[in-house]
Amino acid sequence: MVIEAGAREKLSFAVIDAIAHKHNVELGAIIPVLQEIQEAYGYVPPVAIQRVAENTGVPASELFGIVTFYAQFRLQPLGKNLIKVCHGTACHLSGAERISQTIEQVVGAKEGETSQDGLFTVERVACLGCCSLAPCIMVNGKVHGRLTPEAIGKLVSQVKEKEKVVLSGEVG
Amino acid sequence: MFPERDKKNRDWVIRVGLASCGVAAGGREVYDALSTKLRQKGLNAELKQTGCMGMCYNEVLVEVSSPGGGRVFYRHVTPESVDRMVEEHLIGGQPVTEWVIPDEEIDNLLAKQKRIVLRNCGIIDPESIDDYLAADGYKALEKILRSMSPQEVIDEVTNSGLRGRGGAGFPTGVKWSFARNSPSSQKYIICNADEGDPGAFMDRSVLESDPHSVLEGMLIAGYAIGASEGYIYARAEYPLAIRRLEIALAQAEERGFIGKSILGCNFDFDVRIRQGAGAFVCGEETALMMSIEGRRGMPRSRPPFPAQSGLWGKPTNINNVETLANLPWIILHGADVYNKYGTDKSKGTKVFALAGKVAHGGLVEVPMGITLKEIVFDIGGGTSSGLEFKAIQIGGPSGGVIPASLADTPLDYDSVTKTGAIMGSGGLIVMDETACVVDAAKFFLNFTQNESCGKCTFCRIGTLRMLEILQRISDGEGKEGDLELLEELAESIKRASLCGLGQTAPNPVLTTIRYFRDEYEAHIYEKRCPAKKCRALISYEIMPEKCPGCGLCAKYCPTGAITGERKKPYIIDKEKCIHCGLCMSVCRLGAISVQSGGRDE
Ligand SMILES: Cc1cc2nc3c(=O)[nH]c(=O)nc-3n(C[C@H](O)[C@H](O)[C@H](O)COP(=O)(O)O)c2cc1C
Ligand code: FES
Repeated sequence: MVIEAGAREKLSFAVIDAIAHKHNVELGAIIPVLQEIQEAYGYVPPVAIQRVAENTGVPASELFGIVTFYAQFRLQPLGKNLIKVCHGTACHLSGAERISQTIEQVVGAKEGETSQDGLFTVERVACLGCCSLAPCIMVNGKVHGRLTPEAIGKLVSQVKEKEKVVLSGEVG
Repeated sequence: MFPERDKKNRDWVIRVGLASCGVAAGGREVYDALSTKLRQKGLNAELKQTGCMGMCYNEVLVEVSSPGGGRVFYRHVTPESVDRMVEEHLIGGQPVTEWVIPDEEIDNLLAKQKRIVLRNCGIIDPESIDDYLAADGYKALEKILRSMSPQEVIDEVTNSGLRGRGGAGFPTGVKWSFARNSPSSQKYIICNADEGDPGAFMDRSVLESDPHSVLEGMLIAGYAIGASEGYIYARAEYPLAIRRLEIALAQAEERGFIGKSILGCNFDFDVRIRQGAGAFVCGEETALMMSIEGRRGMPRSRPPFPAQSGLWGKPTNINNVETLANLPWIILHGADVYNKYGTDKSKGTKVFALAGKVAHGGLVEVPMGITLKEIVFDIGGGTSSGLEFKAIQIGGPSGGVIPASLADTPLDYDSVTKTGAIMGSGGLIVMDETACVVDAAKFFLNFTQNESCGKCTFCRIGTLRMLEILQRISDGEGKEGDLELLEELAESIKRASLCGLGQTAPNPVLTTIRYFRDEYEAHIYEKRCPAKKCRALISYEIMPEKCPGCGLCAKYCPTGAITGERKKPYIIDKEKCIHCGLCMSVCRLGAISVQSGGRDE
């Protein structure tokens, strides 16, 4: 597992320790600890697993077992934007496969991958609970429904536009 | 539902539906636009957020009640429509009729519904405990604490006939008495809010629209069995539901409905919220408890049942969100009022999430025993495409596909089970002629195959073998004997799996073979997909007489299979075409056709 250089720098044992201690008073709180670490870093860095093990006394092997059992946990860093494509029943019937195809085209990443420019990670999920608006995707936590290939094109270029603004802002 | 309210309100009251569907359709933007506009105009109007009004197909929904008492619902509202709405309706006194949902449509939607679980959904502000209190909130809690013994509460719930809404339909009162009779100083209540069935959103809507009713239900259950701690295990994909639960929990603690010596009585109860981590199998009760304990969520065999040895080995009672949301109503109105609804063995109402190819998709609550036809046509308004209604999928990946020919089946536990499907948690997906049953069966099996925890060999490997056969059939490589093999595998998986996941996984395949054998046979023997869905068995063509040569299809084609000159008909290179159908979905003129008539044609 390769940790992106940038991500490694940002990793702080102090943050991880604080998260572990906050929950440690509660029985069985190991999943919330891992969830909060993922919330902080966008993924569960392997070094964090080691650190949590030392902190809590739960063996790293067991933590690894948990992380790989639950679909929510990622062991790879995320792209800047996260797109979750719904493949629930209603979305499937309304052409979710076509939605995936379009996203792959405009974003440059298949489901389960991050685009080369690091802008997008695309994930596959089973039902976002907005079935009446199928087909749906979730972009950075917000659900978008009644999608068409054209609407996706627009959505993605909006996100890209924003990134550009941020970038030029940083330069200037 | 929607009782005549605000009759005497002095000001305008405007409600914006802000459950997930409303938010996804742009509800927050509408809310903000309304807020700005009302301020600009200095109008005396109360702007409120509310949860799911049940008419998801109309989102964004805005309800406007005038000071006199008149009330209309606006549909498909956008921030741009706000100006006209406020100017013409609030200032001018004339509703913008072309945007208003006709009364008749609402009457049709509501005529067959009875809202018990959804009593507050789309009416109150889910983030306001005062709204909940004004709607008789926490009165049931007060009633049991002041005047009923735990045993009396259990008897009342038993008499109501309420059965668990999480899928299995076990009588709630009976389950409680097991937990009550297990001796222990520490017991737990768990609210199962994992709602993993794809296509189901009942629990999400209730949590987002009326979280206090679920908390009150947990308190009632806790008092009945003698538990002092509760957990809510909520699906991680539902961030809004979790946020509203957290808000509700903090409010209830502050007002003394949760905590120590509740309402000054000798009853303590604390609630914790745990987020699931994306494993469908954790909806199963024993797996769910493992997950709360911080382990891999793998089901174990029962007995011991959770009522005897559950969370951390203590007696535990697990109930579904909808089951719990029923309880305050039952306690307040009485078991005898509740059990008048429904059928002999399935009492009360059931919430269904109606989606798929249906005109009026959304959340409906109906008395048990209503027929599928009534739901699809009378409430749902038929198919959204106007095409023939083909079948309905009920019960998610554990359920089955019921064909249009059985549309008179009443929705109660026993009648649905007779069809080979199960009632399940309440997802109803309407399929029209464009749905291929082989594809649907493959879809569900793929889901359960992925979600199998891997403990039982048959569930882990048997489902994979079935999936391979289905894939073969949909790829046009099906053989004589495949259907029999599928049936045989299905029976073995059902018998040799430990938990409900494996025991029900073959249902979608078995029901589709049972009711649509000819469609499977068309795939196997004629290499034809009658619904024109299975990629390997279809081909796309551009109809030259309809194609004006706009080039849109070529722009979207992922493989560059479409070429042509502008303003002249384009053509598809069949060698390069991967049959994804993108061209057809972007073409505005319907110039692309799809055929399925054997691969060599
Ligand atoms: C694979 C599987 C998934 C399940 N998922 C859920 C779920 O998402 N929500 C739920 O309430 N029950 C689910 N159940 C049923 C629970 O095990 C349990 O029966 C239910 O929560 C009991 O509550 P009730 O008696 O109120 O229905 C699932 C069962 C199985 C086998
Ligand atoms: S199926 Fe996509 S939101 Fe439910």
